[in-house]
Amino acid sequence: MHRSWQRLLFITSTFGITQAHANGWNMPVGVTDISQDIFGLHMAIFWVCVVIGVIVFGVMFYSLLKYRHSKGAKAASFHEHTSVEVLWTAIPILILIGMAVPATATLKNMYDSSEADLDVMITGQQWRWRYEYLGEDVAFTSNMSTPREQIRGEETRDEHYLLDVDEPLVLPINRKVRFLMTSDDVIHSWWVPELAVKQDTIPGFINENWVKINEPGIYRGQCAELCGVNHGFMPVVVHAVEEEEFEVWLAERKEAAEQEAMGIDREWAMEDLMARGESVYQAICSSCHQRDGQGAMPAFPALANNDQLINNLDWHIDRVVNGVSGAAMPAFRSTLNPVEIAAVVTYTRNAWGNETGDVVQPAAVAERIAQ
Amino acid sequence: MAPKLPPQHSLQHSSTAVAGGHSQHGHAAQPKGIMRWLLTTNHKEIGSLYLIFSLVMFFVGGMFALVVRAELFQPGLQLVEPEFFNQMTTMHGLIMVFAAVMPAFTGLANWMIPLQIGAPDMALPRLNNFSFWLLPVAFTLLLSTLFMPGGGPNFGWTFYAPLSTTYAPPSTTFFILALHIAGISSILGAINIIATILNMRAPGMRMMDMPLFVWTWLITAFLLIAVMPVLAGVITMMLMDINFGTSFFDAAGGGDPVLFQHLFWFFGHPEVYIMILPAFGIVSAIIPTFARKPLFGYASMVYATAAIALLSFLVWAHHMFIVGLPLTAELFFMYSTMLIAVPTGVKVFNWVTTLFRGSISFESPMLFALAFVVLFTIGGFSGLMLAIAPADFQYHDTYFVVAHFHYVLVPGAIFAIMAGVYYWLPKWTGHYPNERLAQCHFWCSIIGVNLTFFPMHFAGLAGMPRRIPDYALQFADFNLLSSIGAFFFGASQLIFVLVVVMCVRGGKKAPAKAWEGAEDLEWSVPSPAPLHTFETPPVFNRTHHHD
Amino acid sequence: MADNNSVQSVGVRRTVIRTVAALIGMFAFAFALVPLYDVFCRVTGLNGKVDTTAKAIIHEEVDQSRYITVQFITRGSAGLPWQMSVENRQMRVHPGQTAEVDFTFTNNSGAESWGRAVPSVSPSSATTHLRKVSCFCFQEQQLQGDERLTIPLIFQLARDLPKDINTITLVYTLYPVHHLAKDISKNDNNTIGDSI
Repeated sequence: MHRSWQRLLFITSTFGITQAHANGWNMPVGVTDISQDIFGLHMAIFWVCVVIGVIVFGVMFYSLLKYRHSKGAKAASFHEHTSVEVLWTAIPILILIGMAVPATATLKNMYDSSEADLDVMITGQQWRWRYEYLGEDVAFTSNMSTPREQIRGEETRDEHYLLDVDEPLVLPINRKVRFLMTSDDVIHSWWVPELAVKQDTIPGFINENWVKINEPGIYRGQCAELCGVNHGFMPVVVHAVEEEEFEVWLAERKEAAEQEAMGIDREWAMEDLMARGESVYQAICSSCHQRDGQGAMPAFPALANNDQLINNLDWHIDRVVNGVSGAAMPAFRSTLNPVEIAAVVTYTRNAWGNETGDVVQPAAVAERIAQ
Repeated sequence: MAPKLPPQHSLQHSSTAVAGGHSQHGHAAQPKGIMRWLLTTNHKEIGSLYLIFSLVMFFVGGMFALVVRAELFQPGLQLVEPEFFNQMTTMHGLIMVFAAVMPAFTGLANWMIPLQIGAPDMALPRLNNFSFWLLPVAFTLLLSTLFMPGGGPNFGWTFYAPLSTTYAPPSTTFFILALHIAGISSILGAINIIATILNMRAPGMRMMDMPLFVWTWLITAFLLIAVMPVLAGVITMMLMDINFGTSFFDAAGGGDPVLFQHLFWFFGHPEVYIMILPAFGIVSAIIPTFARKPLFGYASMVYATAAIALLSFLVWAHHMFIVGLPLTAELFFMYSTMLIAVPTGVKVFNWVTTLFRGSISFESPMLFALAFVVLFTIGGFSGLMLAIAPADFQYHDTYFVVAHFHYVLVPGAIFAIMAGVYYWLPKWTGHYPNERLAQCHFWCSIIGVNLTFFPMHFAGLAGMPRRIPDYALQFADFNLLSSIGAFFFGASQLIFVLVVVMCVRGGKKAPAKAWEGAEDLEWSVPSPAPLHTFETPPVFNRTHHHD
Repeated sequence: MADNNSVQSVGVRRTVIRTVAALIGMFAFAFALVPLYDVFCRVTGLNGKVDTTAKAIIHEEVDQSRYITVQFITRGSAGLPWQMSVENRQMRVHPGQTAEVDFTFTNNSGAESWGRAVPSVSPSSATTHLRKVSCFCFQEQQLQGDERLTIPLIFQLARDLPKDINTITLVYTLYPVHHLAKDISKNDNNTIGDSI
């Protein structure tokens, strides 16, 4: 396994760690074998460039100083030299081959499709991530949690400004996790620098990537592909934990999902739905329809005093459940559970002067989703 | 200014004195005022129109960049909303690529190619007029989208589907129309340049005797012919997806968004060489002039340019390393991209060797050309780093990429254009540009450019994605520096305008051969070049062979 | 001089004709790239694009020594009130073995509508080794209000599936199809004709 180039990469990367990490000026070394290999490649090609640069610019600046017209330099008239020209074509080719060999090996590792211990489906959506632990019945969306007041400068910005989410992706360390990536609308790109995973999520198509994290910790990243207005507000947070801790977390999530499922059948009071609805609205809906329901035309219609919404309950639920094709409004039937949908519909029908008095029960929504 | 070297070619001057006075084409009836410029078929006047247009657009695109940099001055949203921010990044890219850099090169081609090959004008003068006047139409239309409901294009200059189709603002149809018109303009310009170079060279001038600016433009024009129709095809497909219900790029109808990227970059990668090859030609004219020594490796320069152009068709997917290409495709595009470093390296080595044992002076054109060599090479280095596919998984779509392509385009393409302007201004106006101001412009630009773009490397490596209106706190210092640099660079360009205006109005008189070491044919006609030159073709004599 | 001019103008005309021909060729080429890309994708499995035409079963010996996990994922999309579900979310098959899995489409609304399931396979290198004997990929489905429809997918994994692949994921995304009423019958005939 440990061939000589890998040792070379290891040496350049450890060299790099002491040199340039920690201060946030360089690519992070990261916490996976792949990210460390990539860091090694990055430093290796960087030093190759530095050496070539020193030689080329050295000759250039030497010439500029030595052969100045103002110092009476007389120009030579040579303008060809075949062997030199062949030489400086051949040497770069050799250097490039030297770089291509380790790069090829790293790339092959990145494309290793052997069996994984855990499959996570990552779906990009304007402008949040949805994570689904395949076969585990655990799924949730992850929204940026940096408050608007910080963005507008009305509050002090905290340490993880723009890089905090309400629900991080929790992953076990030392296990191979396979990511399946797709998108509900436009192309996004899921990126966590310390994991060296950056992969486009493409609507209608599935992409694959994998990670095996070596160290527990919180790793932050962002959407890397321009995906519309709130492209800059779509962070990724990965919480890597010990395997036992992960199992505990997963069990808790499953139980919570079951609790939530039981909530579907009971009758909810309006205050409870309103409270729940407000939190769902602010987390999911407010990035487009704005916190006060005023929307932002032409793309995002206002919900406050929207006649169609107020007069047509059925249409309203349909929009939330099934979305609008070719627009930023996704189908929430698979993203939110019936309780959340019922709550947010109830909330929007009774907030900002929409005084319909309607209370939508989760059971009614559940019936519409799966018959 | 005593010539130290024997001239490379001597001329039988029968034609060059045809200044103003007698004319064979009956120009007495030439219209005056605005109509003169609207109807002109003279390559020099059209060249000037192109250059003035591109200068105006350079400032328009620059203003958009400054809006972006002002918003990014510190974390948080202060000046503009994200929606408008996205329109600004998009428009900045579109304007700079299609309305500033490309027309500037076409303008230089119009002025200089006939003069450098001893032709009386471009091969198709009326077509030349038409291709220029399409540009103001195209870009007025493009800029007007900013005032349309829903705003202008907001999906980046690469306009990836489906953000630019299904999810695009209503003005996108006008954006497509504008790009079509600009594309037709480029194509017509390219046809004209090819026809001129292939058919109108002075008797005795073989292809391998042509100055490198002519060679690089010939190759560029072929690239334009090859890829502008592909761009036209892509935007036509977008138009059909948006308005006629087709599904080229829509997965819902059986299309594929990734197909868009393949098609776009099949155009897009040659396009970036379209923006740099003529720059190679300009620098290859200026360095020998001010080193007073013939260009080293003329033939290898020609072959390297052709090699770069050919390779440019085989590397497009290096812009797509993270869209999920199969391993074999990643490897192929990684290797082919790395290979481009070889001919590019040859060019840099040739320039440096031209300097070696020369007799070098540092007038403003030379300063810009030297800065080009150094800073373009730095952009080339970051390009080589980006070629390493595994590492690109970390670099892709970060500010590292922004730093890379700005290094090859600003101190690359734009510095070369400015070098060319300072170099040829004496020929155009008959006056030398004010050297003190030009040097001031140079040093301000060099500080501004590096202050703006160098910190972007670090911001990108530290993890800052492109095209975001607000950023995490660890990127604040880099962005602060970049914004200060951008405003400084932007302001410095006003000096450039001042120098050009002063030079047009007056200044130290320039002789026909304005620079001591200059050798090409354009220096055999008087300064300023009369409206009509080489009406009788000069006879081109080689005194030494390039090959 | 006149001679020279006419030689030049002949040359210019020739150059213009050739470049314009090249232009037209390249414009056509851009459109030709669309089907070429599809063919290329099908051959190489690029981007997980799946061959949409049904294939005959190839009778080859079942490779008992290998088990491959095949995962099925169904996804909805905005604008279509349908539910798509699969009987088994995962199955283990031997290369060469023919397997069948049922997909169920349910229209949750009272009105009829049209939809289409777009398939994608990961890893993309497995795409060319997945033979679909019968499938509904890309084919438009019509469901009446509250209708439920079950369609089987019969498939076979080729024996020459690359050794390093042991999990294959097949994802279907359900998209709405917007028809003008009069087009429906026409399209319907066309698509059913070539797929099942």
